[in-house]
Amino acid sequence: MTDQAQQLTEIYRRMVLIRQFEEQVRSLYSGGAVPGLVHLCSGQEASAVGACFPLNDDDFIASSHRGHGHCLAKGMRPGPLMAEILGRSAGYCGGRSGSLHVSDPATGNLGTNGIVGGGIPLAAGAALGARARGRGQVAVCFFGDGALNQGLVFEVMNMAAIWSLPVIFICENNGYGEYTAIGDVTAGNSLTARGEVFDIPSSLVDGMDVLEVLAASRAAVSLARRGGGPSFLIFNTYRYGGHHVGDRQDYKDRKETEAWEAKDPIPRFANHLLERRLADPSGLAAIEEGVAEEIRAAVEFAKASPEPAPGDLRRALYA
Amino acid sequence: MQTMRTMTFAEAIVDGLANALRADPCVTMVGSYVLGLGPLRHHMDRIKREFPDRLIDGPISEAALAGLGAGAAMAGARPFVDFGTASFSLLALSQLANESAVARLMSGGQISVPVVYHMLHGVRGGGAAQHSTSPQAMLWNSPGLEIVLPSGPRDVKGLIRRSLKTDNPTVFINHAKLMAYEEAVPEEDYEIAFGVAEIKRAGRDVTIVATSYMVRVALAAADQLAAEGIEAEIVDPRTLVPFDEAAVLTSVGRTGRLVVVDECPLRCGIASEIVATVAERGFRSLKAPPQRVARADSPIPCSPGLEAAVTPSEATIIDAVHRVMR
Repeated sequence: MTDQAQQLTEIYRRMVLIRQFEEQVRSLYSGGAVPGLVHLCSGQEASAVGACFPLNDDDFIASSHRGHGHCLAKGMRPGPLMAEILGRSAGYCGGRSGSLHVSDPATGNLGTNGIVGGGIPLAAGAALGARARGRGQVAVCFFGDGALNQGLVFEVMNMAAIWSLPVIFICENNGYGEYTAIGDVTAGNSLTARGEVFDIPSSLVDGMDVLEVLAASRAAVSLARRGGGPSFLIFNTYRYGGHHVGDRQDYKDRKETEAWEAKDPIPRFANHLLERRLADPSGLAAIEEGVAEEIRAAVEFAKASPEPAPGDLRRALYA
Repeated sequence: MQTMRTMTFAEAIVDGLANALRADPCVTMVGSYVLGLGPLRHHMDRIKREFPDRLIDGPISEAALAGLGAGAAMAGARPFVDFGTASFSLLALSQLANESAVARLMSGGQISVPVVYHMLHGVRGGGAAQHSTSPQAMLWNSPGLEIVLPSGPRDVKGLIRRSLKTDNPTVFINHAKLMAYEEAVPEEDYEIAFGVAEIKRAGRDVTIVATSYMVRVALAAADQLAAEGIEAEIVDPRTLVPFDEAAVLTSVGRTGRLVVVDECPLRCGIASEIVATVAERGFRSLKAPPQRVARADSPIPCSPGLEAAVTPSEATIIDAVHRVMR
């Protein structure tokens, strides 16, 4: 297999991993094994994988509440991630964080975030620190279209622009902020205008096409690495599920969901690989089976882990 | 042998900051109005001269600056972020309470956030509701933040140095009215440990716990009380988190009487928390019901007479001491 074919099948594998992971979380949640709420990213895999593929381990990401895909795409392992979502002691954060605050310094992950827009300044701060160290690290923040109406986004974009920070703002526009369609709560015809007003290069990208996402992300990362400052990318995508598992989604039209499912990034990319003979059907099937085995092992690992002992709570509390 | 020099609170802040900047290349400052807007603010010129690349002024975007400081700290820097007036820090409350304060526990101890947030609190004369706030009680109710409240130049120099060494998010709260206060301060570089109260005045009859500028007001009240034969002991916790509970309980154990002076509003304030702690753990030492001397539960008015009416003073402290001495 050529290097390029290897890279592309790895991209495919990561998207499949995220989809199967999320569907497994959905099933565990329905069985009552997951504390709290979970927000799944099925449908948005191309965004997470395409955006993280050009990043190095020591580049930073700050994620959103819909962040399992970002975690896996940045290199976190499914076993300890699943254990964390289940609140178990073998989780990345010892069961403290659950789904909404899980972080991993080893892969530069500053964490998913339970506050809409909350991680955006953290990424810009990491970019500021990275620039001071001069090793060419960059930081990416992921947020949904709902965060476009948080004032913090504009405060941080302004700072990133005046200080030319190596940060990439990625809006995953999945059409809904929580339970409300974007058009009902977001003024203006142009979302890119919200970055352009700060002279930040801003573009709209088909977020269901992993190759388009990858190309846009590579360009933004390369610009940031060479000192060219921030970029703003809007990935148009769709969340197949509700705001959280259990959301009745009575505000969504089933036909709309079906139309987006027809653009599903995973079969779409599979067709691309097959048409160009970069992979064959048995190769892709083997990837899917391998991932299914990995997910089974992850669930087993998570379920085998004990819950953290209440007596350990203060272990990680300083102040 | 320590060489001592008499200096103002403002100069002591600058001394502490300069020592931190010199000792650790990771320390950077965002915001240069650390000394407020008074006549002593020119002392910051020393930092600007000596460390021109380590100090930036940002846009007026408190929430973003707070988050940027937290993110930079997570990535290995030690930022000192100045909000100016403490009222403005409330714009950044989510970044303080939802991001900086929680990151260490949420990450199972993997992520530290060694950022320092600096602000000037307190009634300062005509500041009215939006330039006089004392947010320390609100922040004390956000676990995960260290909180420092210096009351004089010697303390501020050593505490500021310490704040830029600890791995926690630290809220460093100075009082606008302390800037010109002078005392003898060691010339050399030193730090003061967090969680260690200091007895600012020894006395046998009543314990007065006070923080920040209220330590100065309580000391003046204690001089007046001494003239009538009442010897007050003044305990300055210096940091609210960590809090030196033992020092307070030991002092109350000696005197049997407690007054807590606090510039936060009375409801759910610092005085309330300290009195509750003593009621729970030192009840048997008490010879009289403890008294809280705090700001009135009212927004702070502008007019000088109204402002004075809602703020703790020597007179209200003396009244409270008389009540516990009865």
